[in-house]
Order: sequence, then C-alpha cells, then structure tokens
Amino acid sequence: MLALLVAQNIAFYIIAALMVVGAIRVVTTKNVMHAALWLVLVLSGAAAQYILLAAEFVAITQVLVYLGAIIVLFLFGIMLTRAKTGNDDDLDNKKSAKFIGAGIGVLLLGLMSYSLIDGFKDTEFGNLMVQRTAEVSDSIFSTYLLPFEVLSVLLLAALIGAIVIARRD
Amino acid sequence: MTLLLASFAPPYWLSTLIKVLVVSAVVPTTALILGMVFLFKIMSWMQSRLGPQEAGPRGTLQLLADGVKFLQKEDIAPNGADRWVFKVAPLVVLMSTLLLYVALPASMHLVVADLDVGVFFVLAISSLSVIGVLMAGWASASKYSLMGALRAAGQLIAYELPMVLAVIGVVIQAGTMSLNGIVLAQNDGSIFGWGGIGFPYILTQFVGFFIFIAAVQAELTQPPFDMPVAESEIVSGYQVEYTGFRFLIFFLAEFATAFAFAAIAAVLFLGGWAVPWLPTSSDWYYVLGPIVLFAKVMVVAFIIFWVRFTYPRFREDQLQSLAWKVLIPLALVNIVVTAVLKVVL
Repeated sequence: MLALLVAQNIAFYIIAALMVVGAIRVVTTKNVMHAALWLVLVLSGAAAQYILLAAEFVAITQVLVYLGAIIVLFLFGIMLTRAKTGNDDDLDNKKSAKFIGAGIGVLLLGLMSYSLIDGFKDTEFGNLMVQRTAEVSDSIFSTYLLPFEVLSVLLLAALIGAIVIARRD
Repeated sequence: MTLLLASFAPPYWLSTLIKVLVVSAVVPTTALILGMVFLFKIMSWMQSRLGPQEAGPRGTLQLLADGVKFLQKEDIAPNGADRWVFKVAPLVVLMSTLLLYVALPASMHLVVADLDVGVFFVLAISSLSVIGVLMAGWASASKYSLMGALRAAGQLIAYELPMVLAVIGVVIQAGTMSLNGIVLAQNDGSIFGWGGIGFPYILTQFVGFFIFIAAVQAELTQPPFDMPVAESEIVSGYQVEYTGFRFLIFFLAEFATAFAFAAIAAVLFLGGWAVPWLPTSSDWYYVLGPIVLFAKVMVVAFIIFWVRFTYPRFREDQLQSLAWKVLIPLALVNIVVTAVLKVVL
C-alpha cells in the first residue's frame, strides 16, 4: 500500500503543476481558441485529482460534463463566430478590470484555504477507500432528494428559457 | 498454465508498466485486424471484387505495408495553420481511444482497471475525441476542415445522448454499472429458471442494442453518418490537411475505437467474455475470456461494417432529426418500460 501512496503523491504534484501552468496560460494567451484548449488541461487535471482522491464518480462526471459538453460547446461557439487562426489583441480586459479580477482571486483563495483548514483541521487521510457509486446515488435519492429535485427543476427551467430565447417566432 | 496466470500478482509499478505496454500493443493490433478483415476483405467481398492481393498471402499484409508507407511520408503542416494545435490534435483523438481500453474487461481479472462505474467511464471518455476533432478542423486553417469539424461536433453531441440513454436500460436490468458486473449478471442469469444460455440482454434490450449500434455508427463518423468526412462534399473534412503518421493516427484511432465500441456492445448485450456453459469463476477464463470476447466483438463489428458498406450517406438535417425525433424518444420509452418491468417482475 505504501508504494501506492508514494505514487499518489508524485502524481498529485505533477498534475497540480500542469494545472497551474494551464490556468495561467488560460488568462495570459492572446488567442481565444488557445485559452479554451488550456482550459481543457486544467479541467482534465481536476478530474485526475478527483481520481487520486478515490472519488471515481465525481471524476467521471467532471469529464462527461465539463470536457465532453461544456468545452466542446465553447470550441463550437468560438469556431462558429470567429474562426480565424492567429492572435487577437483586444482579448485582454482593461487595466482596472484586471485589478478587480486579481482582488477577487486573492479573496477566493483566502476564503477557500480558510474553509479547508477549518473544515479538516489536522485530520489524516490514511488509505482512501474508493467511494462506491451506489453510496453516492443512495444519498442523493434519500438524504438529498429535495435539493436534487429542486436542481432538476431549475435546470429544466433554464433549458426551456434557452429555447424560448433562441426561437425566432 | 491457467493456474500460473491466476497466481501472478506483480508489485504496483510492474503491473502498471505491464498494463501500459499491453494497452499500447492491443490498440494498434485491433485497428489492424478490423481494417484488414473488414475494410479490405469483407468490403471487397460485398462489392464483388478481389481486394488487395499482392502484399503477403492473399494480400493480408496490405495494411501493414500501407502503415509503413505512411510512416515514411513527410510531416507537413499547411501555411497559416496553428502548428502546435495542428500537431497535437491527432494525439488527443488517440488518447481518448487508449482510455477506452482501460475499462474493457477481457475476463474477470484481465482488465486494466475494474471500475465500479465502467459503463459511465466508457461513455464519458468516448465524448473526448470531439475535442481532438475540433482542434484538427480549426488548426488546419482550411474551410473544408472547419466545416468538417463543425459537422462532426454537431453530430457527436447529437448521438452522445441516444448512446447514453440506450445503455441505461442494460444498467437498470443488471443493477450495476460495472462492466464485469454486467457480464456476470448475464451469464449467471436464467430465463424463467432455464439457464441454458444464461440471459444475454439482447433478448430484452434489443431496442437498446439497435439504438446503441446506430449511435456507435454516428460516433465513428462512418457511412451512413459520414458527413464530417464526406469525400464528395468537403473532401475529407477535418482530416484533409493531415499527412504521414498523423493521418495514420486518425485512421488507427477510428478503427481501434470501432473495436472498443464493438467490445462494449458485446459486453453489454451479448454476455462479454464469458460463455454460459462454463461457470464465470473458472480459471479457464484467463485464456478463454479474450478469445470469447474477440469472437463476439467480430460479430458486432461485422454488423457495424455491414451497415457501413451498404447504406448511402444521410443529409445533415436527416441526421439530426433521426437522433432527436426517433432515437432519443425511443430510448426514453425503452428506459421507462425496462424500469417498470424491473419493479413489477
């Protein structure tokens, strides 16, 4: 089991480094298509981290929803609207917007690190057991049934709203 | 022999290395086998011609010769192409194919990762190849490529849905999403108490099987769903600017994906690596499992390629209305009926 833990740690740092590079490139690149592709790297890195945390179901949902659907829609939309290869100089925000963005980023970082440290204190995770999907679905359809149904109705409303906006007649 | 295999338990690093090597050897081999058997031999048989005859005995080494030819060609990127994205795109497509093989069980223990949610994993991974296709189409800086990529994206999004919905019927019936679990449920099952042929789900989920095969056909962008690469309209779609080994990678990925999907169909509907006459716990499956699975895969692949060689191309609007107006409602009805019967029976 020790070998597995070492492997997990090494994999974590490699993936985390790749994700950081990807995330920085998303905001610094001058090419909107490249930004979307760097985002692919970040999101697939997140999926890989979920697998390291033994949360199979979350990881695979991440791949299906973010990579398989959302990114593809991004790319599809970009290609339909501005298909030319090459750089755009008007891709960056104004200086004031950059500072606000950086401020929000720092705020989020502080908030998340506080809640993580406060939430887990000095709990040690020994050998993570793979979270069984049956347990996930059991808790969704018993404890969290009401929020789940509310979310479903919300998504349905969003779907109908999108169709209403898109229809011409 | 079988006992020797059963007692083989290498350490973590070694087993990982073995798995990586096996997958990277299996993927091109399956692509070669499908290309050779179906694209060359069965296709020419169906079209009343001889097919390749020169390379090797009865032309069986033709594809190998073609592969070597592709490797020798110059690696060209068109002027104005986004070189970096252009070069990476085929690898993204290939990677999604390689990941498909991770969850495929060739017997109880002959599987790279026996995931608890194998079916879900396979469906999620298969949606990744679109990213590679879009990258290829955009980075080529060619109108035909871009149109091909847009068509491919629209098609793959539309057919992802019926494929997922078609599988849900099987998952409900088996009560598990693990691919091995589905194999066991079929082979240990019985039809009204008679276990002579187990209980392959094609008997009850034939609607799901039909929808799954149709969606696979569309996901592979094969005729009659080959608008993304339609030679007579947009030359070859997103592949048009690719030469040499990058084109070879697209080809390899297409046929290896066809094999993987055929294997998934065999696992979901035909009982996978097991035969009903031998108990699923038998050690013989270390040797028999891959052979049985391969035989079933060839049957499914024959259906897939039979359709490919027989039907003419759909129109773009026919393709979309088939998915949204026929296959998806049909799949939803299938799910409702299966769920009701599961509760009632």
